[in-house]
Amino acid sequence: MTSIMNPTPGNVYTAGPATGNEVLIDGYELVVGLEVHVELATATKLFSASANKFGDDPNTNIDPVTLGLPGALPVLNRHAVELAMRIGTALNCTIQPCVFHRKNYFYPDMPKAYQISQYDQPLNVNGWLDLPGGKRIGVERAHLEEDTGKSTHFGGAGGRIHGSDYSLIDFNRAGVPLVEIVSRPDIRTPEEAREYVSELRAILLAVGASDAKMEEGSMRCDANVSVHKPGEPYGTRCEIKNVNSIRSLGRAIEYEARRQIDMIEAGEVVRQETRHWDENDSRTHTLRTKEDADDYRYFLEPDLVPLAPSAEWIQAVADAMPLLPSARRTRLAAATGAPADGEAVMVVVERGQDDYVLDVAAAGGDAARALIYVKEAFAESVDVPAADVAALTELETSGAVTATQAKTILAEIVANGGGDAAAIAKAKGFEAMDSGDLEAIVDQVIAANAEAWTKYTGGDDKTMGFLVGAVMKASKGKADGKQVTALLQSKRTA
Amino acid sequence: MSAETPTAVEIAAGVRSGSLKAADVLERHLERIAAREGEVHAFNLVLADEARAAAAAIDDLVAAGNDPGPLAGVPIALKDNMCTRGVPTTCSSKILAGWKPPYNATVVDRLGAAGAITVGKTNLDEFAMGSSTENSAFGPTRNPLDTSRVPGGSSGGSAAAVAAGFASVSLGSDTGGSIRQPAALCGVVGVKPTYGYVSRYGLVAFASSLDQIGPFTTTVEDSALLLDVIGGHDPMDSTSIPDSQPSLVEAITHGVEGLRVGRITDLPDGADPDVAERLEAAFDALRDAGATIVDVQVPAFGYGLTAYYLIAPSEASSNLARYDGVRYGLRVDAGDTNAMYGATRAAGFGEEVQRRIMLGTYALSAGYYDAYYGKALKVRRLIADDFDRAYTKADVLLTPTAPTVAFPFGSKTDNPLAMYLCDTYTIPTNLAGHPGMSVPYGTGADGLPVGVQVLAGTLGEPTMFRAAAALERSLA
Amino acid sequence: MGVSPRITAADVAKVAKLARLDLAPEAIERTTSQLAGMLEHFADIDALDLDAVEPMTQPYPLQNVFREDVVVFGLDRDEVLAAAPAAEDGRFRVPPILGLDG
Repeated sequence: MTSIMNPTPGNVYTAGPATGNEVLIDGYELVVGLEVHVELATATKLFSASANKFGDDPNTNIDPVTLGLPGALPVLNRHAVELAMRIGTALNCTIQPCVFHRKNYFYPDMPKAYQISQYDQPLNVNGWLDLPGGKRIGVERAHLEEDTGKSTHFGGAGGRIHGSDYSLIDFNRAGVPLVEIVSRPDIRTPEEAREYVSELRAILLAVGASDAKMEEGSMRCDANVSVHKPGEPYGTRCEIKNVNSIRSLGRAIEYEARRQIDMIEAGEVVRQETRHWDENDSRTHTLRTKEDADDYRYFLEPDLVPLAPSAEWIQAVADAMPLLPSARRTRLAAATGAPADGEAVMVVVERGQDDYVLDVAAAGGDAARALIYVKEAFAESVDVPAADVAALTELETSGAVTATQAKTILAEIVANGGGDAAAIAKAKGFEAMDSGDLEAIVDQVIAANAEAWTKYTGGDDKTMGFLVGAVMKASKGKADGKQVTALLQSKRTA
Repeated sequence: MSAETPTAVEIAAGVRSGSLKAADVLERHLERIAAREGEVHAFNLVLADEARAAAAAIDDLVAAGNDPGPLAGVPIALKDNMCTRGVPTTCSSKILAGWKPPYNATVVDRLGAAGAITVGKTNLDEFAMGSSTENSAFGPTRNPLDTSRVPGGSSGGSAAAVAAGFASVSLGSDTGGSIRQPAALCGVVGVKPTYGYVSRYGLVAFASSLDQIGPFTTTVEDSALLLDVIGGHDPMDSTSIPDSQPSLVEAITHGVEGLRVGRITDLPDGADPDVAERLEAAFDALRDAGATIVDVQVPAFGYGLTAYYLIAPSEASSNLARYDGVRYGLRVDAGDTNAMYGATRAAGFGEEVQRRIMLGTYALSAGYYDAYYGKALKVRRLIADDFDRAYTKADVLLTPTAPTVAFPFGSKTDNPLAMYLCDTYTIPTNLAGHPGMSVPYGTGADGLPVGVQVLAGTLGEPTMFRAAAALERSLA
Repeated sequence: MGVSPRITAADVAKVAKLARLDLAPEAIERTTSQLAGMLEHFADIDALDLDAVEPMTQPYPLQNVFREDVVVFGLDRDEVLAAAPAAEDGRFRVPPILGLDG
């Protein structure tokens, strides 16, 4: 949306002084801002009552407004505003009275030859999103606008525009409500960019605003990339389009950073332009330059009236906010003692299984163990009574079964949709080993593996793995790995 | 009116009661069309067969004891920029020649539900841009009162259709005076209501913040009836006024005792002496009827022309961008889409339309927005504020509608600015969003009709119509 | 910033491109002189002091006009495509899309 000739008012950024903490690539700092377009999960389009549905037969969700027929007029979808307000609230934005503007340009999938969007007075402003690791990325704005139709090109190589003989246009998507979320250029690595988009996606799903599927186009990502040396002004930025997955986003940013650095190092000037990411050759290519950029001639949309959500509506949206992913991670971390940005917490929250872990804890189970169980064994959503899992955690933490044995019992419980952990343990002959018997086996293994033992007592910690494995084998799996390790260590220092 | 040419009110009453047959009423109008349409060319399309079928259906409804509605059997003509489903809607442009909308404008649906009979789509200046109907791609319309002269524009065809008796009433659209000015030149009543009073859904947009649909009629009461039927909130138009409005047919039964009628003392010069004389006569008539004449000022009035000719073309340049040959209308084939756009639009749009698109595109373009469009919006505010102040001292204002009587063909086409000046007195009303109407008030030079313009503040229709009715009565 | 009294043929050519209107050279000349004359006339608003004036964007003050999120059938595809300049496979057909913002 931010045209080079008509930049969004207010987003002029100046670089600060060097801090010495920058992540550098060959001495350059990467600076990234992301523009994410999200299709809202409404039943109808933003300004007309045609269905908002992906995958329908071409041109079956059309009406005079969608097609830009002479005489057609837009009327704003209230539910689209509700969903846009949820996004703004979840991103800590200020929701303000706003208006709509026309962005004028010609393209065959633009039925009116203008897009109704928001320009200098958008709905949501000045928010932020915290990455799982804690870094805060500013959100400049999140505004409403309508989507375009879809064109498919024929006759050229790989369905590309270049060399095509003709194109066919489907207007089903034209008029679908979009929210465009524009970040501040606070992102400094490709990983941060990927995390930002992942987290944003999780938030969108949590508030029910969108299904945010990049592969279906209901979430689209453009990256603004530049490089500079710390302490120096920001470099010229290039806009990267056509990134179709979170993984591609990281790769495209890496490529573009490298391209710009190489140019600067070779004494060339980076041109301000829009570039197209090609997944096939893993490069960005020039799409259009500043000189080619259109003059969008923004002016207030006279067919619409201002939008000023009431204080009551804004409060209602805030009150109905579900627990967002970061809050869920914090909650789960607090309950389990695991780090909020660790893999276990991230994965379990992403799968929506954190409530279940808390249920297991509430049923008397050990939260930390439950977290690991759920992460390891519950790949899809599984229906197992929380009490059953709670009981299993008890068995393990009390030492009645080993970790390995618990894993086996868990697999059976999951496969059967439930089960009595103690009964299963007994049936399998699982019971903790007597500590005297265990020490006897350890001593036997030490005696049978004198060379390994000498290495280990000599300081070679790597041999421990071999020794533990030998004990496990000798005990036919009944030994508890942690106890074995402790015994070996104490015998070494003895 | 006489039994020979009954008013719409009389037709509807007669048809509903069974004393008149819609088919007979229609036939008389079709006869007049047959006799003179060849020379007048009010229509782009006459719908004789469709109208006959509709009239027969109305008569059947009445015979079965049902009520067809408040416009039962009234023959109506529609300006050809209002979408009529399955019936060509061309805006008198080559770019839409033959295009049949797949939907009805809201006003068309309301007219149909009221029992009106559409007799045809009338000619206009292309895309409603003009003051003489000489900009039509399909040939001009001639003033029925003097066929060497223009009927005015842009709704020249609709004005002529009523003046020539081809239709009992007609609808036009008014963006800068395109109903009121042709009404004055053709000697009929023409009304532009408050912005938002009548739905714009299905009206092909020219300038979105200025356009309004309104009636042409032979009597003030007929216009009141039309607006009562077509006016009112439409959920398909976001700018449509939500609250329902009082009946105007009822409003005109009241006189003008105590009404304050404003004379704008700083009105721009430019009206011919014969026009000025008729305006004076109108002031006298209202005074005689019990109104008080007061002096008011509207200092920014004269800047309306400039503000309008920056705002309207700007909005139009955007509204007309959709005519690109992709989805409907004319397409001139080319090697690529961009070339197709340029060739299609150059071939499809006439000179005046192209000129206004260029002016509007320029006024909105980067670097010029503040100097042109942005400034014009501020001038608009000044004009509206001046009017608001005037309306604290007066209930209605009286001005000439057009500066001259109908002028000969070709007399203003050399210089676009000369043509634009025709709308000097009508434009400020559109900028303010206020209602305005032209009432025929005698004749001027060469025996040609002169119209007097009655203006009122936002939703001042009841007062405006009262004053207009009093003027009408004073001529009887 | 005053209203510029001059618009050049280069300006007009640029605007014609922006508006996707193919103008022949003589048309560009004619349009330039006509628009220049108009802009000269429109310079009358330069006499006004507009600094403290708010732009007027709405003739009738409304806000918060909405539609409920309920599907209503719109148009039949066949009827619409029958009126299209070119159609194929249920879609609108256009020549190669080149030289455009995309």
